Amino acid sequence: MNENTKNNSIGIINYGAGNIFSLTAALERQHIPYAMVNTEADLEKHSHIIIPGVGHAGAAMEKLQQTGLVAAIKSLKKPVLGICVGMQLLTAHSEEGDADLLNIAPVKTKLFDKTLGIKIPHMGWNNVNFANNPLFINVKPLAQFYFVHSYFIEYNPIFDIASVTYGNKFSAAIQKDNFFGVQFHPEKSGEAGEQLLKNFYNLRIS
Amino acid sequence: MLSKRIIPCLDVKDGRTVKGVNFVDLRDAGDPVELAAQYAQQGADELVFLDITATHERRKTMIEMVKSVARQLNIPFTIGGGITEIADAEALLNAGADKISINSAAVRRPELIEELAKAFGVQFVVVAVDTKYVDGRNMVHLNGGRLITELETESWIKQAEELGAGEILLTSMDHDGTKAGFDCDLLKKINDSINIPIIASGGAGSMEHFTEVFQKANVDAALAASVFHYGEILIPDLKQELSRNNIPVRI
Repeated sequence: MNENTKNNSIGIINYGAGNIFSLTAALERQHIPYAMVNTEADLEKHSHIIIPGVGHAGAAMEKLQQTGLVAAIKSLKKPVLGICVGMQLLTAHSEEGDADLLNIAPVKTKLFDKTLGIKIPHMGWNNVNFANNPLFINVKPLAQFYFVHSYFIEYNPIFDIASVTYGNKFSAAIQKDNFFGVQFHPEKSGEAGEQLLKNFYNLRIS
Repeated sequence: MLSKRIIPCLDVKDGRTVKGVNFVDLRDAGDPVELAAQYAQQGADELVFLDITATHERRKTMIEMVKSVARQLNIPFTIGGGITEIADAEALLNAGADKISINSAAVRRPELIEELAKAFGVQFVVVAVDTKYVDGRNMVHLNGGRLITELETESWIKQAEELGAGEILLTSMDHDGTKAGFDCDLLKKINDSINIPIIASGGAGSMEHFTEVFQKANVDAALAASVFHYGEILIPDLKQELSRNNIPVRI
């Protein structure tokens, strides 16, 4: 089936890692249809998939495994967006819980180094330096997005589509083929975040 | 660069916004949901709602309000007031709150901080501290400053950090309601001694006070209520002023 002929809607992976009220509220404000994904059959019903996530990456990975959806998620060809811990799950490994993750993008999730004189968690609005990427269409250069996290994804130019600096430079957003991840919370990032959610929903991967 | 945050604080009683002068003499300043949306539109970086409702209907009323706020608001917000157990916090999280703020419940039972941090992550747990200068020492107070505790402010904040507080909201009861400026000396001293974000509160009266607290104490955020509610300071003007003073803000 051609991606373009499917009903346009976002499926949200329902694996119990954090609250998604704010995410669904943001989608509703943008009039983007969505539903929860609990089974492999549910994955097929949607043109786009979001992997949300708040909390502990290792614990989130265990919960994701319990859904039995890991293999199906990894083989998806439609646009997928991981948010915060959902983004970290796309990486190979997290220092949080010394956990092996989905390894879609072979980069690592690391703990902020407090010897750099930074406060942890990285909490608040920070400037995002993004490349020319459809996820950031109509977003102002160096727009601020809202971050809340203690672990970060190491900067790797192959997968990085947006970087941010806090102590050191790391990835605010990554892409590997149809898989996208954002460390910040678009659902809490004002107009810039709403634009990004719309951009994701408008992504077409042929 | 990480921006310094400007946080309007909305005191809520029975679902309506109020603000006391020195925590007495409440005046009605509007509908919290409407006010919240307006602040987000103006460029507020975050909001804090403090529930001062005392009735047993409090929790139900608050959850409904939190849901309405979460549906409309595209910036983060914190809920404080009356949170004494994990179940309170969980209900607020599920209603869409980004953070919860605990004050007297943490003083009475410090393990609550640890329990909340373990259950929901440190980023969810703000510890609010009301401080007052008494006999040469800064002491933690409860009940809006009426009840002194045996805790010295700096050591209590350090303990809260160790237990898992993700952020500190420090209100100087000596400065609160005076509009004479934040307690920059104390805020700097505390800020230098911890490794988690700190929100300055109490004493904002002019835009210069915000510039001063960021420059002198290097706090992560500054909170105020009445100067915003009554339009004495407009957030876009404040952000421009801070930016002119080379303080990184989201504009």
